[in-house]
Amino acid sequence: MTLNWFKFASPPSFYPIAGRLIPVFWILTVILLIVGLYWGFFETVDRLGGNNPQKEYYRIIFIHVPSAWMSMWLYVVMVGWAAIGLVFNTRLSFMMANAIAPTGAIFTFLALWTGAFWGRPSWGTYWDWDPRLTSELVLFFMYIGYMALHSAIDDIRRADRASALLAIVGLIMVPVIFWSINCPDPNQCAALHQRSGLGRMDGNILFAMLTMTLAFWMYSFATTFMRLRGIILTREAESAWARELLTDGDKT
Amino acid sequence: MLRVFWCILTRDLTLALRRRTDVLTTLFFFVIVVSLFPLGVGTEHQVLRILGPGVVWVAALLASMLALERLFAADYEDGTLEQMLLTAQPLALLVLAKIAAHWLLTGLPLVLIAPLVGMQYHLSETAIGVMMLSLLLGTPILSLIGAIGAALTLGLRGGGILLSLLILPLYIPVLVYGAGAVEVSVIDLSDTMPYLTLLGAFLMVALTFAPVASAAALRISIE
Repeated sequence: MTLNWFKFASPPSFYPIAGRLIPVFWILTVILLIVGLYWGFFETVDRLGGNNPQKEYYRIIFIHVPSAWMSMWLYVVMVGWAAIGLVFNTRLSFMMANAIAPTGAIFTFLALWTGAFWGRPSWGTYWDWDPRLTSELVLFFMYIGYMALHSAIDDIRRADRASALLAIVGLIMVPVIFWSINCPDPNQCAALHQRSGLGRMDGNILFAMLTMTLAFWMYSFATTFMRLRGIILTREAESAWARELLTDGDKT
Repeated sequence: MLRVFWCILTRDLTLALRRRTDVLTTLFFFVIVVSLFPLGVGTEHQVLRILGPGVVWVAALLASMLALERLFAADYEDGTLEQMLLTAQPLALLVLAKIAAHWLLTGLPLVLIAPLVGMQYHLSETAIGVMMLSLLLGTPILSLIGAIGAALTLGLRGGGILLSLLILPLYIPVLVYGAGAVEVSVIDLSDTMPYLTLLGAFLMVALTFAPVASAAALRISIE
């Protein structure tokens, strides 16, 4: 049996599937959110650490860390779709990259915002020029740049391809930027963030954090597909199947 | 191949030297920005000495970015760029020649005027020397990376502002090590070597990949 990889690469065949998947992802999001938040609030310790304990406010990490992870992961996924679009010339890939960008930008912003609130009680400041903070800010600028370039070009084909190239260049530059901020002195690197390791974490905290990460991931799927359907309809508004769908009413 | 490179280079230089004000505006923009900072933060020698390297480098970033818009714009408007895309020569090479000419007109003057602005900030002779060296290595990288952005935003409304949004985040590594080299040279001159070698490495990587990426961007912008 040969699998036709390109079957779902066409907007008319993917549109209904996305429609059917959206409720599934929303339900998964809600379930995981409830479990993760319950676990994070009631099953974890109230204080963290020994001599200089972090009180209740450490629970911000259940939002902060998952959104930081998703912000980075979504950028990689976005670049992946953009690259596939450039290689195979598939319209849907570009639309996918386009649909991911706002969700990624929101997670980046959320990570910075929650990080500021966590930093105030624990570091004594809302903002510090810590490498990870600064890199997250740069990532935010990159999402904004991607979306700005795309919306500035009227010709959809050029907009797709130009912003795809920009995203790829950005992905190559991100490690260099992170490294340069992390090691402003080439001979020694320092960071405010503690060296993190999943193995050394308390089991309950880890469980809540991973559940929240999954919840955010499902949320990303749901919102991306919703936005994707919007983009598909806008761009295919002139095609026969889209007209039929719009006049007969959307059944999915 | 070398003849094509040379041909484009001399052509761009000749064209620019017929309209010298373009070159001079970039240079004076740089000088003005650098001169404004002491008026804003106070003229205490100690403060200026600390701020100097960073301010000069940020000003160099802004000046080189301001000039980027003109890199392809004129050739795009009169159709020359389209002809370049159609030639049998590798486009990346033509782009590299254009970038080289652009750097000679906007980057090199900044390097040469650096001692003057360094004196405004009371930097020592060694620090000024290191600053010129770091600018000499760093400004070509700015032109190379910037060319990608200039090619992507070709012919767009409000391209200049958009260009800064796309390109400035990518300039961060150059800024960190360029300004870092000067800062360190104030303390110990022998510590500057790692910074300069890193900048040199960046320049090599940018020289290899940036022209190819700019060429791809140009092909996307002009179809």
